Amino acid sequence: MSLNIAVCIKPVPDPDCYDKITIDPVRKTITRAGIPTIINPVDKNAVEAALQLREKHGGKVTVITMAPPNAEESLRELLAMGADEAVLLTDRAFAGADTLATSYALSAGLQKVGPFDLIFTGTETADGATSQVPAQLAEWLDVAHLWNVQEFELEGNTLNVKMGIENGYISYSVQMPALLAVKRSINKPRYTSVMGVMKAKKKPLMVFTAADLDVEQERLGLQGSPTKAGAVFTPSLARKGQQLTGETEEIVEQLVQVLRSAGLHLETIADDKAGGK
Amino acid sequence: MTENKTGGIWVVAEQIAGRINSVSYELLSKARHLQTQLKTPEPVVAVVLGKEAADLDQLSRFGAEEIITVFDGALELYQNDAYVNVLEELIAQRKPSIVLIGATAIGQDLAPMLGARLKTGVAAHCVDVRINEDNQMVAVVPAFGGKVLGDILCPNTSPQMATLKPGVLGKPVPVEHPSAVITAYDASCALQKDRGRVKALEIVRQEQSGVPLEEAEVIVTGGWGIGSQENWALVEELARLLGGAVGCTRPVVDEQWVQSEQQMIGTSGKSVRPKVYLAFAVSGATHHLCGMKDSGLVISVNKDAEAPIFEASDVRIVGDAKTVLTALINRIKG
Repeated sequence: MSLNIAVCIKPVPDPDCYDKITIDPVRKTITRAGIPTIINPVDKNAVEAALQLREKHGGKVTVITMAPPNAEESLRELLAMGADEAVLLTDRAFAGADTLATSYALSAGLQKVGPFDLIFTGTETADGATSQVPAQLAEWLDVAHLWNVQEFELEGNTLNVKMGIENGYISYSVQMPALLAVKRSINKPRYTSVMGVMKAKKKPLMVFTAADLDVEQERLGLQGSPTKAGAVFTPSLARKGQQLTGETEEIVEQLVQVLRSAGLHLETIADDKAGGK
Repeated sequence: MTENKTGGIWVVAEQIAGRINSVSYELLSKARHLQTQLKTPEPVVAVVLGKEAADLDQLSRFGAEEIITVFDGALELYQNDAYVNVLEELIAQRKPSIVLIGATAIGQDLAPMLGARLKTGVAAHCVDVRINEDNQMVAVVPAFGGKVLGDILCPNTSPQMATLKPGVLGKPVPVEHPSAVITAYDASCALQKDRGRVKALEIVRQEQSGVPLEEAEVIVTGGWGIGSQENWALVEELARLLGGAVGCTRPVVDEQWVQSEQQMIGTSGKSVRPKVYLAFAVSGATHHLCGMKDSGLVISVNKDAEAPIFEASDVRIVGDAKTVLTALINRIKG
């Protein structure tokens, strides 16, 4: 069995630097100057899942993104990690897309280079974190999907999948073609070898614009987005903090007073504990 | 109840094993609030899909004026194709203006799929919703780990949809005179459309040990700076002594000092609002702060005086977390 697998990825501003994000006070837009772009962390788990399947069953892994032209760098990184081909969908017409318009463009890209037996995504991106693209992409492609996948195995044409829910999971059997949005806990992404980087330079990286795709223009970008963005603002977290100082014993004594005045019955707890022994 | 049943503010009430998820009550309470903001009030409707559900009176207690029950063996476990087929049919018939869904694992799978099916907009994991002067729903959505909040509207398509994280709306308020009409809906037609591509097999739930984060009045949270599994035991011991729950940040999950990522607090974890929040060796990354900023009293201990957590703290202790933890535990034990 040879599998044709696609993985959707997204370059995002490095989540470790989100405290540097500001809002331009005049234009009321989000400023992310100086923040490096990385591959959305969980997308590497999605690529790893695809590579492991290819190693077991044979086939091909294609990574795809809808992003500005400089996303080629991220795609090359994933080719170096082991993906076989890469597709970049880039066009001004895609700009301003919400999750519905984004998933529409991705579905057109996947249809252009597909069909695929299996499509992987991460559960969410670090920037918007809507987690909506996987389900919506599956809906455009009219394939089965599951989100928040913590474990899966392939048996014949059937995937046995565990979808994580609060305090547990639901298990499913899913017929391919299918889309699985995987959690970070599903695997540990491999490191890229020097050989991988060398090989990546020769692997195919295709760039498509809207004109290359079979799309209805009015479903793309801002125009194709049913949600519209209003005001943006920064929540105020600032509290009037009081600092406790002194030797450890003094600090703990003050802390106990603070906890007591917040209504905690510390002595009772200690007494109960002693009494219980 | 009028004859004209179109319009309405709907809450898709999640049930697991016949029990309604408490986020549904939070959403209903919010729906009643939205109702007062609409120019012409529309009914608040809870929709429950499942095999059966035991807590229907709770739905009316927190604000449902009508409860649409869709009970069928095929809906016992969440199965996205079947659930979306049923909701698509119901929404086409009744045309609600607003559909609210809890941003649980199931809700985060269901809502975007339903939105794509209906070609309408879904505002994801909102922290609040309101009605503006144009009678439209405005959803407040966090981005970049909660560093930025943005208003999201859905002006041209219907229904206007939003998912809301459990816990962000605060405790639901019971209504004064609960009264709900129950409408049993026969979904056999919608269920026949199922193509069998996704089959739900079984649900496995782990027993929760200790106090759940959402219900805890005291939360003791540790961050990566705790340093080791051995030190982590101190965080757990303090939580036990205070009768509280244990919380953690993403790196702690990655280090596997905790059993389950259900203890993670932040944008991709839980949103909590305990009376007292103690943070030990938590740096205060934006996505963590977003999950705990509504706590009552925030006390934090960090050896880095510049740690962002201090900005969000009422009581600051610049010092070694392990030392303070050990001393506090010994002090409480007497």
